[in-house]
Amino acid sequence: MANLNINGKSVEVDAAPDTPLLWALRDHLAMTGTKFGCGAALCGACTVHVEGTPTRSCVTPISAVTGKKITTIEGLNGRVAEAVQASWDKIQVPQCGYCQSGQVMAATALLTKTPNPTDAQIDDAMNGNICRCGTYGRVRTAIKEAAKKLGGAA
Amino acid sequence: MNALTRREFLKVSAAAGGGLLIGFRFGDAAAQAAASGGFKANAWVAIQPDGTVVLTCHRNEMGQDVTTSLAMLLAEELEVDPRSVKVVQAGVDPIYINKLLGGQITGGSTSIRDAWEPLRQAGAAGRMMLVSAAAAKWNVPAGDVRVENGMLIAGSNRASYAEMAADAAKQPMPATIKLKTPDQFKVIGKELPRLDGADKARGKTVFGIDFAQPGMVYAALAQCPVIGGKVVSFDASIAQKRPGVKKVVNIGEGVAVIADHFWVARSALGDVRITWDEGAGSKVDMNGIWKQLEAAKGRDGHVAKKGGDVNAIFKGAKAKPLEATYRCQMLSHATLEPQNCMAKVSADGVDVWGSMQFPQGAQGAAAAAAGMKPEQVRIWPQFIGGGFGRRIENDYVAQAVAIAKEMPGTPVKLIWMRPDDMKHDFYRPPSLHVLKGALEDGRIVALSSKMVSPSITARAFPPFVKDGNDPFMTEGLGNFTYDIPNVELRSVIEEVGVRVGYWRSVSNALNAFATESFIDELARSAKRDPLMFRIAMLDGMPAQRAVVERVAALSSYSATPGKGRAFGVASMECYDTHVAMVCEASMKGGKVKLERITVVADCGLAVHPDQAVAQLEGGIVTGLISTLRSKITVKNGRVEQSNFNDFTLPRQMDVPVIKVELITRGSKPAGLGEVGVPLVAPAVANAVFALTGKRIRSLPLEDGGVKFA
Repeated sequence: MANLNINGKSVEVDAAPDTPLLWALRDHLAMTGTKFGCGAALCGACTVHVEGTPTRSCVTPISAVTGKKITTIEGLNGRVAEAVQASWDKIQVPQCGYCQSGQVMAATALLTKTPNPTDAQIDDAMNGNICRCGTYGRVRTAIKEAAKKLGGAA
Repeated sequence: MNALTRREFLKVSAAAGGGLLIGFRFGDAAAQAAASGGFKANAWVAIQPDGTVVLTCHRNEMGQDVTTSLAMLLAEELEVDPRSVKVVQAGVDPIYINKLLGGQITGGSTSIRDAWEPLRQAGAAGRMMLVSAAAAKWNVPAGDVRVENGMLIAGSNRASYAEMAADAAKQPMPATIKLKTPDQFKVIGKELPRLDGADKARGKTVFGIDFAQPGMVYAALAQCPVIGGKVVSFDASIAQKRPGVKKVVNIGEGVAVIADHFWVARSALGDVRITWDEGAGSKVDMNGIWKQLEAAKGRDGHVAKKGGDVNAIFKGAKAKPLEATYRCQMLSHATLEPQNCMAKVSADGVDVWGSMQFPQGAQGAAAAAAGMKPEQVRIWPQFIGGGFGRRIENDYVAQAVAIAKEMPGTPVKLIWMRPDDMKHDFYRPPSLHVLKGALEDGRIVALSSKMVSPSITARAFPPFVKDGNDPFMTEGLGNFTYDIPNVELRSVIEEVGVRVGYWRSVSNALNAFATESFIDELARSAKRDPLMFRIAMLDGMPAQRAVVERVAALSSYSATPGKGRAFGVASMECYDTHVAMVCEASMKGGKVKLERITVVADCGLAVHPDQAVAQLEGGIVTGLISTLRSKITVKNGRVEQSNFNDFTLPRQMDVPVIKVELITRGSKPAGLGEVGVPLVAPAVANAVFALTGKRIRSLPLEDGGVKFA
């Protein structure tokens, strides 16, 4: 039994300590917004924030995150997140949508830390998030749009 | 369509609680009515008592926007706000058969072309009956009733569709339906946020892998490392002891662990010892595959297009004809949502929930696996986390049912791990292309091309292959656009022991790489600018010529852009769309950097323009997968790649600026879902040649000695 702090709530998960956070979220807590893509931290579909840092939940055992603040797409909120999701709506980023939870989590973390990112900083922050549909151009545009909306200061 | 068949085509009735149901059939109404002996309405549009319009969408949403664009077709004629349309996914029924493909399939860039007439007809019939009902109720001529955004208005009388729906259901079906002309469109061709977009940005969309049922359990499956191999024996004594494990089952092609949670199932699977009979597939390797394709190139095969007499011209040519051989390596679909499926097998039937492009095939596969009849199988398609042709196959559906059969009455969700997905795909076929061309006075006078490849259709839909002709192998050959007096384009089927499948844009991409690269070789040999060389051959194809000219202007194409920069061009017609592409590249530290890809597509009428553009943007990124460095290879029957480290997909920094322009004209839509893909490889390869002088005749291009930044 592990105690996790997810989206500001304390929850009990009855799973082995080596269970990846991804499967604890999806199977034990029925929070399926965080996606399974590769199981090896190669695609970013499973990105959550642990203490604000984008983290690949598919390779993060729950034993490593007990007592830490975990945020998933379901609990993402605040000024930056709202700006990111509003930009996603405006630019019409998603196609199939499967990677988009991870893209939004990564973009929100980027803009929280780097309010006015350069193209190179966007590359760095977003390169770990594969979009098989190829929405990369719109992801970049939407990040810039959100940065503009946030006035370059998070 | 005459009035009688229209009545068979459309059917209207009252919905429970006072709503209006409009049933209609997709496809060839008359033929289907004859075959089925009458009308069977199942493709419903419902106006519910609360005013919600529900469209039961017969095509599967995998990112290509059918949920929104098909709702727009309906809304246009029904005169409702498309944002008020609730789209639900349809189960399996013969009336959902795609008349362009012959099955209930989402593929072939056909969804909008197929639904274009029937969905607008359904909307118009509903609107007319609502008007008739209002006219009767208010005692005014129908011509005095106008409709506006789901409201009926005549003078001071006003009623919502919902209020009038029950009366409308009693009205007779209109004898004639007049559809709007494009100049009257208020929804089609206009911008609208995707109906599924906001949910997707918030993690709320339920994909197949997300679908849940009370009491469900999970399955992890070990499959034979060689596709086609079988389980000989297994030892699950350790695995069975793990807490949470319910059962370990042998389904022939693999061993599955069923457990209360997926991670338990997957972990326990690691403790199962399996002895495999790998079968004949274990001898397959790349050397053998290419040797076999080489050996088959002397065969005549099927003629996809023929004009004049190429052999006579080649024999009598003043200058020695140019010859070249092109090769495309295999590819995995690599949908980001791994294959998965939930099934429940009960005494009376089977329920299947999942991500699928071919629900009708899923029904058959599930029935066979359960030992039941197809009509005992209910299919519940969910949002798809990427299709690209992979989910036309239903191997994972059959597996889920075979596993669930061992736990009667319990929903079992099978999830593949990524290496299983990559190693058990239906791969884009390896292909060999033999080309020959003769020039005279700076023009091509004779061109031959022969594609040698395994046939996808011979495996997937055998009746469609006749006399050595797989109609999907002639894509990119039969639709050849250039005016060349002597031309002979052929396809030769050669099976090489690998399981091949439809991969977005199918043979269009394979053939376009070969022919559009070779056209460039001929242009260079003739000392002509490749762009002007092409334009000179398109006199008889003004629409094709127009996209080539427009893409040249839009991309600022130049044959001599200066040192360290270059442009590559490619052009074709596919899915009824005329398309041309220019790739601009530069040298950066000994590597080729793709600066910009510009595409112009004449797609007839674009129903949802922003998402038509999105399809081309995404298509280009898909094209880059095949072009840059990704490939699937086989050794001892095993696929060597296992994840995104060794089968790489383009990432944020790999993708150049993409510029898309649509030329929209005409009165009906053409296909777009796959159009962005095929020209990427030749446009990039031609840019690489212009930049480096190196002609690369194999995909991926990095195999040919170039490195991309």
